[in-house]
Amino acid sequence: MTEEPLPAWSLPTDAVERIALPEAWPGRVTREWAWEGATGAGVRVCVLDSGIERGHPLVGEVQQSVAISIEGDEVIVDDDDKAGDLCGHGTACAGVIRSLAPESELVSVRVLGAGFTGSGAVLLEGLRWAIEQGYDVINMSLSTTKQKFANLLHELADTAYFRRTMLIASAHNMPVESYPWRFSSVISVGSHEQADPFAYYYNPTPPVEFFARGVDVEVAWLGGGRLVCTGNSFATPHIAGIAALTLSKHPELTPFQLKSLLYLTASNVGDGT
Amino acid sequence: MSEDLRSVVAAGVLGAEQHYRELLQSIVEVARAIFKAKASSIFLLDEAADELVFEAVAGEGSESLIGRRFPSSTGIAGFVLVSRQPLVIEDVVADPRFSRETAESTGFVPKGLMAVPLLHEERTLGVLEVLDRPSDARFTLAEMELLGLFANQAAIALDLLQRARRAQSALAGEGDIAVLARLAAALEAREDQDDGSKEAALRLLEALEQVL
Repeated sequence: MTEEPLPAWSLPTDAVERIALPEAWPGRVTREWAWEGATGAGVRVCVLDSGIERGHPLVGEVQQSVAISIEGDEVIVDDDDKAGDLCGHGTACAGVIRSLAPESELVSVRVLGAGFTGSGAVLLEGLRWAIEQGYDVINMSLSTTKQKFANLLHELADTAYFRRTMLIASAHNMPVESYPWRFSSVISVGSHEQADPFAYYYNPTPPVEFFARGVDVEVAWLGGGRLVCTGNSFATPHIAGIAALTLSKHPELTPFQLKSLLYLTASNVGDGT
Repeated sequence: MSEDLRSVVAAGVLGAEQHYRELLQSIVEVARAIFKAKASSIFLLDEAADELVFEAVAGEGSESLIGRRFPSSTGIAGFVLVSRQPLVIEDVVADPRFSRETAESTGFVPKGLMAVPLLHEERTLGVLEVLDRPSDARFTLAEMELLGLFANQAAIALDLLQRARRAQSALAGEGDIAVLARLAAALEAREDQDDGSKEAALRLLEALEQVL
């Protein structure tokens, strides 16, 4: 992966002007300022999952479909994957993102096979590839409990953070350690029980940082169908969709600023507007 | 002492498998009662055969299902096993992951279910299912949390059961260290005898330890 040039490590007085922010934030940040009226246009969202079914009415057009596999020591990237979705899970996530950010670009990076099968190594390579493409948002409604991948995933999560790719990852649904949602350079998401897709809460007792709609969510499923599902997997694309809206209105935001903005507009922060 | 060796010696003294089975049975019975469900089961993953095995069943179906096997990739339990994530389904018939055939073969087709993987360290040992909660009770995240607690307990019990079985097979004469387990069991059997044979055997073993 090519590194961006290193930034200066200090700030001389005459350089203060050079780091002026491209946009001034209002004294009181509201949802209206942050994302209301936005469509997600111009924002590239990657769904790292089981693929996305083409032509699903709840998903619409998928701009690119890629499949990652490993043969021996070689990582194989099929950048015109025709297999669609082998399991339903990726299509479900894509449908939620599109329902919130209808004009965002969707890219499917398939790292899971039929029945949700997959290896930590493929997941890691898929994430590495997605970060190299510079997507604005990567939705990762999956995690690995394998300790041996933790350090590499941590490095990748930090790389994404500094390259302005917001990694949005599902917390495990049980109290177990898994990755990458545990890392502070990602936005980690758990579920709340309300039906409002725009209700999201900041959690003052991390590691899970935000809660979004994740119970009894009607999602897109295989064969053009729908399914009512529960789990953090479906809460995560809600935050990814809202992140896409926000970035389409404020494309200059860094992951730190985006996370701050989500905090300031959370339902339990300020007056929830 | 290696992990297996410890287990072998312990099993010789304890005869543990039955106790762990009772613990698993108790877990499914409590789970069924707490969730007011029609049934609850624990499946163990037999890695060698790639099959899920009914280890404990409470409620509908119960006893006759113990020991019944099906391919590990089948149905909801198979999905939960691979995804290592819990799953709650209110209407199984509408869910493409549900295997009606497998459910029918057990004599009980549920309307809804909750399934949770039994995780122990980095391994998935099996799956716990709770079938048909009351139909008017809306699922809550608090229930998911409770199910996770049961799963943790069941995973510990399954791990112990597997250790006990490995030890039993060593006791049955399989593996190099089986003789130690037989010795431990024989010593235990002499516990209540006053003929001094246990002390004599222990002195012999101590002498052997010094030689080694």
